[in-house]
Parts: sequence; structure tokens; C-alpha cells
Amino acid sequence: MYGRKVKLRFFFIFLILLILSFTVFLILKSLEENVVYFQSPTEVKTLAEIDDKKIRIGGMVKSKSVLIENKEIKFIVTDFKNEINVIYAGIIPNLFAEGKGVVAEGFLKDKSLFFATKILAKHDENYMPPEVKEALKEE
Amino acid sequence: MASLIGFYSLIFGLFSSSVIIFLSILNFRNTNSFDKKILTFTSLQLFFVIVSFLGLIFSFINSDFSNETVYNHSHTTKPIFYKISGTWGNHEGSLLLWLLVLTLFIFVFLIKSKEQSKQYRILTLLFQQVIIIGFFIFLIKTSNPFNYIFPVPKEGLGLNPILQDPALAIHPPILYLGYVGSSIIFSSTLAATSLNYISKKWAAHIKIWVLISWIFLTLGILLGSIWAYYELGWGGFWFWDPVENVSLMPWLALTTLLHCILILEKKLLFTSWVIILSISTFTLSMCGTFLVRSGILNSVHTFANDPERGLYILIFLFCLIFLSLFIFFFLHKSQDNKDYNFFWLSKETSILINNWFMMYFLSVVLIGTMYPIFLEVITTEKISVGPPFYNKLIIPFLIPFLFAMAIGPKLKWIKSNLQDKMNLIILLIISFLLSLLIIKNTNLNFLLNTILVTSGFYLFFITLRDFFIKGFNKLSQNLAHFGFSLFILSILLNNIFSSEIITNLKIGEKFQKDNIEINFEGVKKKSINNYDTIIGKFKIIDFNGSEEVLEPELRIYNQPNIVTSEADIKTDLFTDKFMTMNLVQNEDYFNIRYQVKPFMIWIWLSVLLISLGGLLSLLNRRNEN
Repeated sequence: MYGRKVKLRFFFIFLILLILSFTVFLILKSLEENVVYFQSPTEVKTLAEIDDKKIRIGGMVKSKSVLIENKEIKFIVTDFKNEINVIYAGIIPNLFAEGKGVVAEGFLKDKSLFFATKILAKHDENYMPPEVKEALKEE
Repeated sequence: MASLIGFYSLIFGLFSSSVIIFLSILNFRNTNSFDKKILTFTSLQLFFVIVSFLGLIFSFINSDFSNETVYNHSHTTKPIFYKISGTWGNHEGSLLLWLLVLTLFIFVFLIKSKEQSKQYRILTLLFQQVIIIGFFIFLIKTSNPFNYIFPVPKEGLGLNPILQDPALAIHPPILYLGYVGSSIIFSSTLAATSLNYISKKWAAHIKIWVLISWIFLTLGILLGSIWAYYELGWGGFWFWDPVENVSLMPWLALTTLLHCILILEKKLLFTSWVIILSISTFTLSMCGTFLVRSGILNSVHTFANDPERGLYILIFLFCLIFLSLFIFFFLHKSQDNKDYNFFWLSKETSILINNWFMMYFLSVVLIGTMYPIFLEVITTEKISVGPPFYNKLIIPFLIPFLFAMAIGPKLKWIKSNLQDKMNLIILLIISFLLSLLIIKNTNLNFLLNTILVTSGFYLFFITLRDFFIKGFNKLSQNLAHFGFSLFILSILLNNIFSSEIITNLKIGEKFQKDNIEINFEGVKKKSINNYDTIIGKFKIIDFNGSEEVLEPELRIYNQPNIVTSEADIKTDLFTDKFMTMNLVQNEDYFNIRYQVKPFMIWIWLSVLLISLGGLLSLLNRRNEN
């Protein structure tokens, strides 16, 4: 019914659509798996269950809470309502200090203990991670 | 005084724009030849912008704190070099630099395009003036670099110390030459589309601009990356940070365009594709400016969070996109060579396939960068997309991409049979065995990594061999592709063999892991111009025989009061030894990171090779003409 050329073209368009939808699927799937959510200590407290997905938490480093040892550093992140203990082994950004804002990436052990794998660098002393600003504003 | 001159020059510059537009429209309609007055006014406009820029530089050098921009970003104790580079180390000044490059490029374009048709030149100028006016108004209205403060402050607030660095001082101008160079491509493509002017001759002429922007964009990204490596102290060169991504996106589009222009020049094919790519390159550049300037992305580039600025660029951007889409859909008549058929195994197909891969990489980066922004606007949920997302989606597709890149240039136009198949297969086997040898002793995903390294080596060997058989013929292309293979290989080997030790140590303590012992021998303190510094002394003993002393620094800047870590890096041909330290909470412990990173220098060198390939191609064209 249709000529060979037309059939070929249909096949070609079909192939492109197939590849395109496969790509979109791949990207969305990967996005879903690799997205990291941000939570404040208060939001962590209201979590229904704790899974082993990587998350970010943010707030202020509670004053007089930083404890340094050879292998790791421990501190408390607070949003002035709730607190989380953080244990971290790794490089600490220059501007990390008590009473300043911080964002930590890692895994929740339970609702009050967080194993951080990364503490995010900030760029100047006035800078407050937008998430923290938001979290602090909500009170 | 300098500020005053600078400001009025800006007004005059904007005024020249309207004169240019008036003259151009007049000249476009009549049948006379190109009006010399247009060129005069274009050079006048360039002159005004240069004066304005020099005015700002003088204000910075003289530390004229009656100027708000200077007050916010400078300080009397700052070295003169950083006073000057501070000119574009802030929002207002960097936009003035944008404008400077915009006007400079259109001026050079007019001079260099004399053999093109009058209407095409004038229309390109008109489109460029639309962009220039947009930036003039943006600058004067929302981000005037010459705002006056009274009473005049005695001292400025200082430049962010991490910007006080040689690589970062020249990073913005170089990057801007690339970004803004794409504006000429954009204007000229729109002009050529509206006039039905797209031809092989046009392609040959615009290719020079594509090459120039591409070289500068590549170098600009390289500089930023080197800076991030040694200054931020994270021990990497690319973090898939949105700010980096917005510079990578125009680069991907521009690289694709560069390859398409080649086909257009030789075969008059893919005209629509070229138009779309030209438009996207400039749009992505503008988009990058919008994202980093609006405060949506938080980074060292975000100088001020002013929603008005973001909104202005966004509206301007939409107008430009709308204009270009209108021209593309309503005025574009395909010039493609209709009788032209090419066989599936040909150079055209291979370039097309690689273009598709590039577009795929581009969409991955685009989605990864934009999705979090949109999600936050729509649902207020805050997310971030990190390296795993990009690695997972990009790395597997590098394999066919690299193979196509290795085989593609071997093919002929239209239809081709692979010549010397035997050699190609032998090289493939060698690459495979070599990567097998490398991956065998690591505990990585065996299959994927072996194939990945194989494809890298394959491209490496094939391009290396081409240096000998082809000689000077197609040297530029071969050099760029060779550079790319070296780039990929260095990154892969760097990822596979990097190792690091992170620990907290007191002075006099030592730390041992595997074969390496770190001795913290002591610190000394020094006071320099605008900062105090603490220099640590670490002796690294490798039980395989070598010994190294590394001295990372901790700088405490006085204005603004910021602490930065300066990494100490010992570079040799095959490995970088990288060390940073940080003092936590003024206790006795120093937070120390020691990294061994193989082939770092080859990553930088290979990018230089890639841009050298571009430069060579540019010079080649000169000789031909």
C-alpha cells in the first residue's frame, strides 16, 4: 500500500520517538533516585518513618556544642525548636563555627542522630543558606 | 569625578544606540552602499563604553569611596592588581564589562564583514543594538555602577578574599568574551534567516565567530575550574554545581554548533539545526547570567539578591526568545540542498549522531539544573541534584560517543566504506587489553569501567596515530579530538586512582593510614598586607620511599573578616599532592585533608589542547583567505 520510502520514514520516526521516550524515562527515573531533600530539625521530628535515603539538614550550630576528636567532629544543629546531634568525619569548611548557619548532607540514624557525609561550604560570613533562613523564619 | 564621567558616558552610549538604529533603518531602505556614518557612530558608542569602563577602573584604583560600587567591593589595603580586578568582581562592574564586549564585538564584526551584503550587515547590527540597548537600560536602571554615597565613607568594605586570586581576576573577562561572542552569532543568524542569506559563504564567515567564542568559553570555564580546584579546597575540579552547569550548557550548544557549521559550509545541510543551535547558545548564555545574577542560585557569583534585576533579565530574555522564534518560524525558508542524499555510513551521519549525544548531555544538565528551581517555585519543596545524577546519566553514554568520535572523522562525505579496518581493530584490541590491565587491580564495577577506559584509549590511539599519517592535514580537528581523549582519560584515571586522608590533628601529632604517615610538625604565623596567615608544616612519609613537606595556609583577612584556606599543592607530571587545613572553633585541633590526585595537570593541559585545536583552525582559515 505504502511505498518503501514512506514505510522507512515511518519506521524512522517511530524509532526516534522510542528513543526520546526512553531518554525522558531514564532522566526522570534517575532524578527520582538521586534527588536530595532538605529538612529542618523540626521537620525531621515530624517524619513518619526514617529511611536510608540521603537528606540534607540545616540550622544553626548550637553554641558550646562542638566537640572535636581525632577521627570525627560532633555538634548539634538547632532551629531553636528542635535539635539534632550530628556526627561527621571529613573536611570542615572555613566558615563552620558555633552560632553560625550550617547545612549538612548525610543519613539519619534516628530522629535525633544524623551521620553527615558532607558539610557544605559557604562563601562569606554574612551568607546564610536560604534553607536555613527559611527554617529560622518559620518560627 | 571619574564616576561622573563614567556615568555620562553611559548615557551618551545609549544615545548613540538610537542614532545608529535611525541611520541603519534609513540606510537599509535606500539603495546606497553601506553608510560610513553608521560605522562612525558604532565606534563612538564603543568609545563611550570604554570611557565609562575606564572611569570605573580609575575609581577603583583611587579607592574613591564616594562611589557605591567601589565602597562595597574595595579597600585601601588591597593590592593594586585586585583593585583593578575588583572592577568586574561585582554585579555592576561585570555588567559594564558585558556591555563593553557587546559593543566591541559588533564594531569588529562591522569591520571584518565588508565582503558581506549591506542589508545583512545592517540587520545584524540592528539585532545587536536591541541587545545592547537592553543591557544599557538594565545597567542604568537597576544596577548603576556609578551611584554616589554621601557622606563619603573613609574605608571600603573589601572584596571577598576568595576572589582575590590571579585565575579569578581574568576568569570573568575571558568567559565573557565567550558568552558575549555568542551574541554576534545570534544576531547574525537572525539577520541571515530573515534575509534568506544562509549560504556556504555565510557559514564560512560566521564560523570564525563561532570558533572565537568557543575558544574563549573553553578557556574561561577552564580558569574557573582551576580556581575552584585550588581555592575552594574541595580537591576536585567540577562539582556539578548549578553555577558551573550554566557555563557548561552554552559550551555544549556551541560545540554542537561548531560541528554543524562545518557541514553547512561544505554541504549546505542542516540549516534549521544551525539556526536553532545559534539561538539556544545565546539564550543559554543569557539564562546563565539570569540565574547567577538573580540570586536564585547561591554562589560566589551572586553578588546581590535583588529580585528586580532578575525580573528584568527574565523579561528581556523572553522578548529575545520570542523574537527569534518568530523569525525562525515565519521567515525561515529552508535552503537545504534538497537532492542531497547521504548514506548511513558517512561523515554526515556520524556528526549528526554526535550532535544528538551532545543534545542529550545538554538536556541532562539542563534538567538537573532547572528541576530543583521549578520544584521550589511550584511546591516550595527544597531539593538538590548532586553528582550521582549526572554521573549515572552521562557516563554510560560517553562510551558510544567516544567510539563515534574515533570512527567518525575516518569516514568520507556522502558514502563511505571503512578503509584500513585491520588497523582500527588492532587498536581496539590494544585499548581493551590496556584498560583490562588498569581496571583489574581496582575494586570498581569491572565491566562498565573497562569499556569506558577502552573507549577513551581507543580515541586516544586513533587520534595519536592520525598525527603521523595525516600530518598537517586536518591538524586542528585532530588536535582538539586528541585533547578530548586525553581529557576523558585523565578524568577517568584521576577518579579511579585518587585517594584521600581526612583527619583532625593537634600540633606534633602524627597519623598513619595504609602506607602513608602524616606528621604535623608545627605552625608559623605571618602578617601580610591585608591578611594574617598561619602556615602549617606537614611531613608526609610514604613507606614506598618518598618524603614530602607540604605547607597549607590559613589566611585571616582583615577586611572583610574572613578565613580562607590556601591549599598547598605539589604538582609533578603524574600526580598532584594536595593538602588543606582548617582550624575548628579555635580549639587545638586542625582539620586536615591530604589527597593524592593523579593526572590533574593533564586535565588542564588537555583542555588547553582542545582550545589550541580551535585556535589552529582559526589561523588556518586566515591563511586560506
